Amino acid sequence: MKKLNITVTYLVFLLLLIIPLGQVLSSAFSTGFSGFWSALTDPQALHAFLISGILVGAVTALNTLFGVLLAMLLVRETGISRRIRQFLNAVVDLPFAVSPIIGGLMILLLLGPHTALGAFLEDHGVKIVFALPGMILATLFVTFPLMVREVMPVLQEIGTDQEEAAYTLGAGSWRTFWRVTWPSIRWGVLYGVVLTVARALGEFGAVLVVSGNIINKTQSATTLVYQQVENFNFVAANSLAFVLAGFSIVVLMTLEWAKRRKEV
Amino acid sequence: MQIEVRNLSKKFGRVSAVDHVNFEIEQGKLIGLLGPSGGGKTTILRMLAGLEKPDAGEILFQGNKVNHLPPQERGIGFVFQNYALFKHMSVFDNIAFGLTVQRKSKSEIRDRVHEMIELIGLQGLENRAPHQLSGGQRQRVAFARALAPSPQLLLLDEPFAAIDAKVRKELRTWLREMISRVGITSIFVTHDQEEAVEVADEIMIINQGRLEQKGTPWQVYKEPLTPFVAGFLGESNLLHNPAHIVGFESAPRPHSEKARVLIRPEAIEVGREHEISNLSAAALGIVRSVQFRGSVWQVEVEVGEHRLLAHRTLEKETLLPGEQVAVLIHSLHLFHDEQSLFLENELKRANTRAI
Amino acid sequence: MIQNKRWLRRSVQSTVLVYFLLLILVPILGIYVQGLSGGWAHFAESILQPIAWDSVLLTIKLAVIATLINTALGTMLAWALVRYRFPGRRLLNSLVDLPFALPTAVGGLMILLLLGPQSWLGSWLAGHNIEIVYQQPAIVLAMIFVTFPFVIRTIQPLLEELDPSEEEASYTLGATRSGTFWRVIFPAMRPGVIGGAMLAFSRALAEFGAVVLVAGNIPGKTLTASVQIYGNVESSNPSGAAAVSVLLLTLSFLVLWSVNLLTERKDAR
Ligand SMILES: Nc1ncnc2c1ncn2[C@@H]1O[C@H](COP(=O)(O)OP(=O)(O)OP(=O)(O)O)[C@@H](O)[C@H]1O
Ligand SMILES: [Mg+2]
Repeated sequence: MKKLNITVTYLVFLLLLIIPLGQVLSSAFSTGFSGFWSALTDPQALHAFLISGILVGAVTALNTLFGVLLAMLLVRETGISRRIRQFLNAVVDLPFAVSPIIGGLMILLLLGPHTALGAFLEDHGVKIVFALPGMILATLFVTFPLMVREVMPVLQEIGTDQEEAAYTLGAGSWRTFWRVTWPSIRWGVLYGVVLTVARALGEFGAVLVVSGNIINKTQSATTLVYQQVENFNFVAANSLAFVLAGFSIVVLMTLEWAKRRKEV
Repeated sequence: MQIEVRNLSKKFGRVSAVDHVNFEIEQGKLIGLLGPSGGGKTTILRMLAGLEKPDAGEILFQGNKVNHLPPQERGIGFVFQNYALFKHMSVFDNIAFGLTVQRKSKSEIRDRVHEMIELIGLQGLENRAPHQLSGGQRQRVAFARALAPSPQLLLLDEPFAAIDAKVRKELRTWLREMISRVGITSIFVTHDQEEAVEVADEIMIINQGRLEQKGTPWQVYKEPLTPFVAGFLGESNLLHNPAHIVGFESAPRPHSEKARVLIRPEAIEVGREHEISNLSAAALGIVRSVQFRGSVWQVEVEVGEHRLLAHRTLEKETLLPGEQVAVLIHSLHLFHDEQSLFLENELKRANTRAI
Repeated sequence: MIQNKRWLRRSVQSTVLVYFLLLILVPILGIYVQGLSGGWAHFAESILQPIAWDSVLLTIKLAVIATLINTALGTMLAWALVRYRFPGRRLLNSLVDLPFALPTAVGGLMILLLLGPQSWLGSWLAGHNIEIVYQQPAIVLAMIFVTFPFVIRTIQPLLEELDPSEEEASYTLGATRSGTFWRVIFPAMRPGVIGGAMLAFSRALAEFGAVVLVAGNIPGKTLTASVQIYGNVESSNPSGAAAVSVLLLTLSFLVLWSVNLLTERKDAR
């Protein structure tokens, strides 16, 4: 039983993760390093990486700020009635249940060029759908629960004692947050940041719908992978995928490290 | 600082945690808040600190209303039940926290922190993190942290609850000395009556959100105002009816169900007939059990319809269960109609006069 | 001064709430409004079109298969990773989360490569005239891939917490190994198995990135709901997309809701 189980474990990992990763690698380098390199330094790819970078940066910054604030509000603000807090708390999880493709569709339906709001904004020179702002919005929607759900349990666990002690010693809310609350939650926040970065970089469905996948304009690294596969450009697709997978592994290692820090 | 509280009330949902509490505390006194769990002690303390908003009533410091002031501006020090030390700061930084808020200069802060560390006797541990300290040491750091910014009022919520019995005794003597040395008005919560009696200048008994009695420990022990206080502080026998107690025949006969009679064990003299100081005022009883209680024998006697616990000094001969003895009740407290009466054995008085 | 601060606090809080509601709730309501905008009759008509129902039913079917396989595998793997010591255990344990960390499009590409003609598996299958890519098994595999960590990660902590003395007590009372497993250990794992399976199911329903690369476009056979929605969007038919979305969304919310109920009951105990 034990032998069988361990064998199955090895097999599953091998088949599902290790062999496919190896194939990405071998396919990326199937035309040698130069093929790999030219796929990556192709202007289209460079632009896609740039777009992904901007997307990740903007989404991570906004999501961290609002995620931490909302977590504080949901856990600490006693001025809001319990009912309302429970409701808000349930809403936080909704994006988990929404297919990313629907997440993108929502933004299209609300702000697309055929909607009143979208047309109005476009008349005033603000382009949201098929442009970066829409992609950021879609990614924010998808990543929203990640930060809140990391920070809330930590806040609950540390309790209010230390914060109250700081108040009785004369510290205001700003100082109390930075000197007392923040040191306790920062590893949780870091964990949330890493999750957000990974998800923002990897988000595909929502971004694909909202961006229109316009080459050299709104194409991100993941939608480019998709397009290259559709065009049967496997070397290019795998080169990009290889870089993205390498990044995911870095993310994974950071998570392991942050988890360990979080526990002490 | 002189403190006054008027009609203070606080509800949590439907639970009345604090119910129309009034008291006044003189400058420099050390007050013990004593009462059963859930009585509202912590809530009173937190309202004084500004951590909880009262539903009604006024809090006055030096005659000025402070209800609207946030905790930061009340000039209080608070020692939390589980210390609430900042766990990512060293001992030094913990104690310095309140001083940095006051924007004191670096050197001033250093001097004051060292002064506090000396006061609590933890020299050399400045750079430890809280989790590297023992419970007693943490307690001291929490105390120093609260005192460092020189507050006018020190509030301590069960300061010794998490410390083992022996260290606890040392610490409370230490705390008593510290507080009188600093001369700061202090209020501490406890549900250990021995602790309250030993440490406090005055105690306040809190039960179900109400202040039952306030006074020096001796006053409260000697003249409890309510059956609750009588039963809570010290050991006692509580009976429903003083009828048939020899020596108290002419005591008022309360009719209400709520009336109570309290007899302290040390007010009962039990012994063989020749030992009793005033035999004519005594009744007869039967010893039911005898227990050694460290400094006294505790004797359970059956007198008529009552079973009473009495104390008997160790140098006297041991009584045996089943033995017939004389039982002399010197005094008792009678509570009825919201009144408390202290009655002495009347036969004894008459007899004494006759001599 | 204090008035000022309170005002600042209130406005920060309101901003956060408005942001939150605008970002999350308004779009979701928007989908329902759009889906139902033509009235109930129109909505019913568009979802009763076989093509809409077919894709949703197909998605449910494939997600159920993927979830079942994943639950069985996940339970075994969690057991092996917690209970057994073997070379590479720690490495494999950290690899479990890789499907979460990988962009889903990369995941889809990996499945494509695994089953494609370049790989030995693909060529072996081709040699036996078994076609998998762009067929249902490939979609199931993609779903298994992206939901792989859920079951393992929910069971693991339960197994770690399980007090070994409980098991030992069972042995001293004369229970056999399998008796002990089914009567002592499995009940402790069950909440994790069920919770993890539900999460995996809802994720499999919603999955797009990995699936789109290996799905075909035959309605009722290889066209999943999310891919169909994408197709509608591409062909500029957002209201058709909205109808299927309403169906899929409602289903996902029901699953999420029951997961929450389950975990709440677990916490209450
Ligand atoms: N934040 C709160 N929310 C709801 N009820 C509360 C809260 N704080 C206190 N209570 C209730 O108010 C009452 C008084 O509580 P409080 O903590 O003041 O008691 P206490 O005398 O300090 O008890 P203990 O000796 O156990 O610490 C209790 O019934 C308690 O359940
Ligand atoms: Mg308390």
